[in-house]
Amino acid sequence: MNLSDIQKIAEEENEFQRAYKYRINVCCSSGCSSFGAFKVLKAFEDAVKEFGVENICKVARTGCVGTCSVGPTVLVDPGEHRYKCVTLENVREIVQGHIVSGIPVKKYLHNHGDFFRKQHRLVLRNAGKIDPTRIQDYISAGGYFALAKCLANMTPQGVIQEILNSGLRGRGGAGFPVGQKWNLVARAHNTPKYIVANLDEGDPGVFANRTLAEADPHAIIEGMVIAGYAIDAQKGYIYIRSEYPLAIEVLQKAITQAKSMNLLGDNILGTQHNFDLELRFGAGAFVAGEETAILMSAEGRRAQPRPRPPYPANQGLWNKPTLIQNVESLANAPLIILNGGTWFKSYGLPNCTGTKCFSLTGEINNPGLIEVPMGISLHEIVYDIGGGIPNGKKFKAVLVGGPSGGCLPESTLEAQIDYDSLKNVGAIMGSGGIVVLNEDACMVDTARYFTDFCIDESCGKCTPCRAGLARVKEVFDKITTGKGELKDIDMLEKTSEYIINASLCGLGQTAPNPILTTLRYFKEEYLEHIINKKCKAGTCFKNENIVEE
Amino acid sequence: MTTNDIRRTQLEKVLKKHNYQESALLEVLHSAQEIYGYLDRNLLMDIAGSLNLPPSHVYGVTTFYSYFKMRKPGQHIVTACLGTACYVKGVEPIVVAIEKEFNLKRGGSTADGKLSLLFTRCIGACAMAPAVVLDDHVIGKATKEIVIEKIKNMLEGTKDESV
Amino acid sequence: MAENFMITLKIDGVQISVPEGTTILKAAKDNGILIPTLCDLEGLTPYGGCRLCLVEVTGSPKLFTACTTPANPGMDVTTNSERLKNYRKIAVQMLMSERVHMCAVCVANDHCELQALANQLGVNHVAFERHFTREPIDSSHDFLVIDRNRCILCTRCVRVCDKIEGVHTLDLKKRSKNTEVIMDLDEAWGDSCSCTGCRKCAKVCPVGAIYIEGEAMSQTKNPDVAEFITARRNRK
Repeated sequence: MNLSDIQKIAEEENEFQRAYKYRINVCCSSGCSSFGAFKVLKAFEDAVKEFGVENICKVARTGCVGTCSVGPTVLVDPGEHRYKCVTLENVREIVQGHIVSGIPVKKYLHNHGDFFRKQHRLVLRNAGKIDPTRIQDYISAGGYFALAKCLANMTPQGVIQEILNSGLRGRGGAGFPVGQKWNLVARAHNTPKYIVANLDEGDPGVFANRTLAEADPHAIIEGMVIAGYAIDAQKGYIYIRSEYPLAIEVLQKAITQAKSMNLLGDNILGTQHNFDLELRFGAGAFVAGEETAILMSAEGRRAQPRPRPPYPANQGLWNKPTLIQNVESLANAPLIILNGGTWFKSYGLPNCTGTKCFSLTGEINNPGLIEVPMGISLHEIVYDIGGGIPNGKKFKAVLVGGPSGGCLPESTLEAQIDYDSLKNVGAIMGSGGIVVLNEDACMVDTARYFTDFCIDESCGKCTPCRAGLARVKEVFDKITTGKGELKDIDMLEKTSEYIINASLCGLGQTAPNPILTTLRYFKEEYLEHIINKKCKAGTCFKNENIVEE
Repeated sequence: MTTNDIRRTQLEKVLKKHNYQESALLEVLHSAQEIYGYLDRNLLMDIAGSLNLPPSHVYGVTTFYSYFKMRKPGQHIVTACLGTACYVKGVEPIVVAIEKEFNLKRGGSTADGKLSLLFTRCIGACAMAPAVVLDDHVIGKATKEIVIEKIKNMLEGTKDESV
Repeated sequence: MAENFMITLKIDGVQISVPEGTTILKAAKDNGILIPTLCDLEGLTPYGGCRLCLVEVTGSPKLFTACTTPANPGMDVTTNSERLKNYRKIAVQMLMSERVHMCAVCVANDHCELQALANQLGVNHVAFERHFTREPIDSSHDFLVIDRNRCILCTRCVRVCDKIEGVHTLDLKKRSKNTEVIMDLDEAWGDSCSCTGCRKCAKVCPVGAIYIEGEAMSQTKNPDVAEFITARRNRK
């Protein structure tokens, strides 16, 4: 295999696909498949045969289309006609109307408003378009061209330079420049070197990475092989949550296919570059998404973070130099190599380039998976893409960045999505979760919920996170059961400050964010709970406090 | 061969595949749980011996991760998602209703061992919150009524074809 | 890397030279600056869990644990700012409130590193609600006793058992506030088949969690054992 072979596969595949006038893409991601997408897929295949149109219409299993709340969703090309909530009963009608008679069946079409208008799909370029279980689909969409280009025409340093030029920052939350990270590992003296792709999306309410893996696994694999070439690593691991069976299955298939086509393994595309890839499974520990904890876990140990320095770039997996990168960052790499860093910079902001995937959920009209350019405002996400709050309710807050993010009120909605602006308003980018709350939510209870989560998920190694969060929780228990005192607010603030500054890892260092942001923006609710013993939302002051193990 | 022998042979295959490397402990535990349903002490001792790891290390790892189960679960398992979206959308009342209806406590099983009620922190079906999983089947946009009816159907063994 | 390659840094305003690779903690100690510690013990792998030895490094917004951070040339370290003093007090109070730490009735009274630290740092009250855990005391072993209610999870015992004694009888189970020290498969100590009864865990335990039945604490406690054995082993 070499570049011309890849081009040949792409041409053949394109020709093969051009033979079809229509293509029915059935979203079979976790979301839609829980509503029976695989059965719908089968029904389409049967219906196409029944009407004798299998020669002009290709039925394909694809990854996420984006509109996860109206699943199963089906996309018919040409024209990107999107059908929502497709059931086994209306499959025949859609095939008969749209394919046989050539008229889209209007009553089942999804009116998605502006859901897609402000999005830019770079990372999710193939999501919902290609069959993630067929490597040919990915190649025909330009896949593995970037890898071939790297291996044939670029030096490892040249690859890193291109990534540096792009300004791409890590998508896992902290936003460390990706090119710099690659440089650090490339310059480390020790060998062998490793790559760990972080797919341990433990944040409750976030499914962006999972969707990427389910929709376009080869983009992650290609990104890893390119990174391997750049930093001279020959072995990579994808650390994935075991709660993601479908993503695991899709990735496993993709790895097998890539190996069989010599895109993974020894002498990739006939060059000297070797790269082998294995999956490693998480087992239900949020903290394992932390940079050093993921290493411990991948080594088969308790996922307790270790202090830095030494940094993983020098002493990572088995104390060897290791590049740890979120899968979304890796999936950006092929695009940057193919189109150049300057092209990538045309998306987003000057100091925060490109796009970011978010899962948009909660009390919102159009929940789903979105990809937006950096710099878009929260307002645009909630109201333009998300379509606002359903049932005539009022907006209350938006939770950005998962359990260690911030609860932001209406007044901050003009804030831009970028690492620094979000930090200024008290949130973090995190792994990309946006949860919208309406007026029925109690912010004290919300902060308590997140504290609970972090207590449960704390590894127990360091004092501030283990003992400190538990003390904070006691204060919340007091406030939400009517025993709160005014001095508790001071206690919350001081203890939070200590936990943030003294904790060992990112979990503890960010765990108090929901507390601090709710105190900053919704203090009157705390006061109401403490002084008037009242909870407007009616969530607190119940006999038993909920969500215990 | 007894069932246990067959299982042990399966486990041996997994161990071999991982070259008896101690770093494969999590993968081995995953497979063992799949093969045996849960991880009891004898099994952990066996794994510790096979991977040449101290038993306390194996026990420590097993109990660190919430996915590994050391108690025999019920015949059927209801897993409620406690992710943010599900919490916001009200999974809690559903859990309370299940506890009442089937007379069991969260984290535990019914007296007859037919049903367990477990939790997970987010299954990633957030756009369809609240989500409840019956064995391997996800119910999105769940309500008390639907979930309880489906659990009843499941317990009675009637196959639910509507999904 | 040459062991005797010296680097120079500043700790609390004092210029000092240490061999490259020395931790900030050791560099400070060798020059008469004592940074409070609990989980750290010379001879054992640094852990970085108790957070008492946090120090400030000029130019970084983050705090660093002195026990794990190597001294770098030109570093300007502060070990004793008001903020750090305050943080250490909070840490001690958090540890004291987390489980049962009633000095008056503890076997380790007057031989307890947590108690000594509290005195040294001037912690005269605990600002948090105190918790009285009720873990049963395990005295099934012939002479070793563990009272997990007094454990501060510093893992000195786990590390000494693994690294110095080499049997790894001890480890941690569960996580978060439910973390506990266990023997083998969470067995009663007396049933542990791997424990050699070497007593090192009792010698290094900074509090009264592991002790020897009927033996005076002044006799049992000997945390230097880890450093001592390591030094002997490294003798060429």
